Amino acid sequence: MASKSWLNFLTFLCGSAIGFVLCSQLFSILLGEQGDTQPDILHNDPHARHADDNGQNHLEGQMNFNADSSQHKDENTDIAENLYQKVKILCWVMTGPQNLEKKAKHVKATWAQRCNKVLFMSSEEDKDFPAVGLKTREGRDQLYWKTIKAFQYVHDHYLEDADWFMKADDDTYVILENLRWLLSKYNPEEPIYFGRRFKPYVKQGYMSGGAGYVLSKEALKRFVDAFKTDKCTHSSSIEDLALGRCMEIINVEAGDSRDTIGKETFHPFVPEHHLIRGYLPRTFWYWNYNYYPPVEGPGCCSDLAVSFHYVDPTTMYELEYLVYHLRPYGYLYRYQPALPENIRKEVSRDYKKEDPKVK
Amino acid sequence: MLSESSSFLKGMMLGSIFCALITMLGHIRIGHGDRRHQHKHHHLQAPNKEDILKISQDERMELSKSFRVYCIILVKPKDVSLWAAVRETWTKHCDKAEFFSSENVKVFESINMETDDMWLMMRKAYKYAFDKYRDQYNWFFLARPTMFAIMENLKYFLLKKDPSQPFYLGHTIKSGDLEYVSVEGGIVLSIESMKRLNSLLGIPEKCPEQGGMIWKISEDKQLAVCLKYAGVFAENAEDSEGKDVFNTKSVGLFIKEAMSNHPNLVVEGCCSDMAVTFNGLTPNQMHVMMYGVYRLRAFGHIFHDALVFLPPNGSDND
Repeated sequence: MASKSWLNFLTFLCGSAIGFVLCSQLFSILLGEQGDTQPDILHNDPHARHADDNGQNHLEGQMNFNADSSQHKDENTDIAENLYQKVKILCWVMTGPQNLEKKAKHVKATWAQRCNKVLFMSSEEDKDFPAVGLKTREGRDQLYWKTIKAFQYVHDHYLEDADWFMKADDDTYVILENLRWLLSKYNPEEPIYFGRRFKPYVKQGYMSGGAGYVLSKEALKRFVDAFKTDKCTHSSSIEDLALGRCMEIINVEAGDSRDTIGKETFHPFVPEHHLIRGYLPRTFWYWNYNYYPPVEGPGCCSDLAVSFHYVDPTTMYELEYLVYHLRPYGYLYRYQPALPENIRKEVSRDYKKEDPKVK
Repeated sequence: MLSESSSFLKGMMLGSIFCALITMLGHIRIGHGDRRHQHKHHHLQAPNKEDILKISQDERMELSKSFRVYCIILVKPKDVSLWAAVRETWTKHCDKAEFFSSENVKVFESINMETDDMWLMMRKAYKYAFDKYRDQYNWFFLARPTMFAIMENLKYFLLKKDPSQPFYLGHTIKSGDLEYVSVEGGIVLSIESMKRLNSLLGIPEKCPEQGGMIWKISEDKQLAVCLKYAGVFAENAEDSEGKDVFNTKSVGLFIKEAMSNHPNLVVEGCCSDMAVTFNGLTPNQMHVMMYGVYRLRAFGHIFHDALVFLPPNGSDND
């Protein structure tokens, strides 16, 4: 009799235990896990352009400005994309075999991909980078010869692929959108070129080599022709001066690249050197070379700056971050320049086409 | 057999009822807990795109004006060149910025804390700010003069955060079981946190002036201990992708590290697009940041933001 009640008691206990366990499982399923949800830390923001991309897709086709990054989802790049189609720029970067991995690589990883077409010009060919071999020697005294050969190469292979042809160094940082805005007011069939204008030696001035300069299609044609017909000298130890002299001879105009409120856009140094009062000593050559009155401090540089020079690899990425990523949310910039008339008409026309509500 | 199965079934029923009771009770307890610790997850994120789209056009200007940030910058005489740079750059974007110095310095306007000790300076500064400005500002940001801060991004981060809740935000560090906001990234307190902090400042048991017994405890840890007594807990501020927005390093340092750690994704892996602070800057770098943040940009990239901020009057570098 006692064992039977014991057995009953045991089964009762078993039952209660199983009942408890089943019930708790049921509840946990019903209520869901209340764990600590760690946000996904995505350090990988894939953009349309990668360091490994060969850039073959840049001959034609759309630049994908709206990359996958969720930080850029509220970004409207219609105007930038429109200008990309309207103002085609071919960039060629002056580099050398020793600098492909040291410097040119970082150019390729940052601003180069925003050119409609980019070419890296070296004394010898490098199929992997890729870099064009100009079959010259290296060295400062070879710069002008390399420049002539580079422009020749561009003219022979890519003349019809672009409207404007920009030369930059492998330590120049260029903001292509701002260059397109500057050039959109001009006709590439006109003989004109732009850069940071210097005044000595050449009556109309000449453009600083390091800050980069950009030739119109007509200017390029005339430049290449000038060597075939011996109008311009083939040799010089000062690349930018020699090019400037040639431009004057062949009647290519030295343009004013300043923005609509007179601030310089092409810069021969990094932002710090221009922004900090007193950084460049008063005795420095720069103060006597500038074609327009030179300014130090905040007035030195346009909001829509086109280029900076002597930019080391770290600074390349820093500028890339400051220009294309970090921004002050909701801030109404002081300088709000208008789009050129023709572009404004096109953009509004494109909007009208897309929006079915607008008649 | 029947009696056994019936007792088994009775047991099961009792077990289930018991379990249900316990679960209910547990939930009520957790419920209370929720109300006490309003933000139980320690990673606070910025509002994302979907939340922003719900804000109407009319609300934008009103909303932008509703954030009133008072900036406290703790300085010492040795910091004069940084002090000058900070004064001429980002602090112009605070609704009000005041410098709290260990001693009076000629030419530089400051509030004299009359002490060299960072924790004492911090306490006095918070007390001063609260006593004088409790009705005028709803957020209080504390910084060091080596920092560059972007007020607009701070306000964006604070969007949808109620200042009458006890917020204590920045870049957090865990030390044992204490999670504190590092002063090296900047410290953000809501008015509610300021209220609670100030009520404890006078109680030496909770908020002593000399924290450590054997060695000094850093001022940011002392602050965390004090705030903890008031039920205010540190939270790490992150953007919608989980990147820190309060940074204890400069952009340059982040880039250098990225170049060696992940050279194929340097900029992408660096820092948040909505970063609020960077630290470790030289005076020259402050001016470069001012230009790089508030002026330099690529033409044709337009943003549709939920807030609107105008440039400050009488300023030429932004």
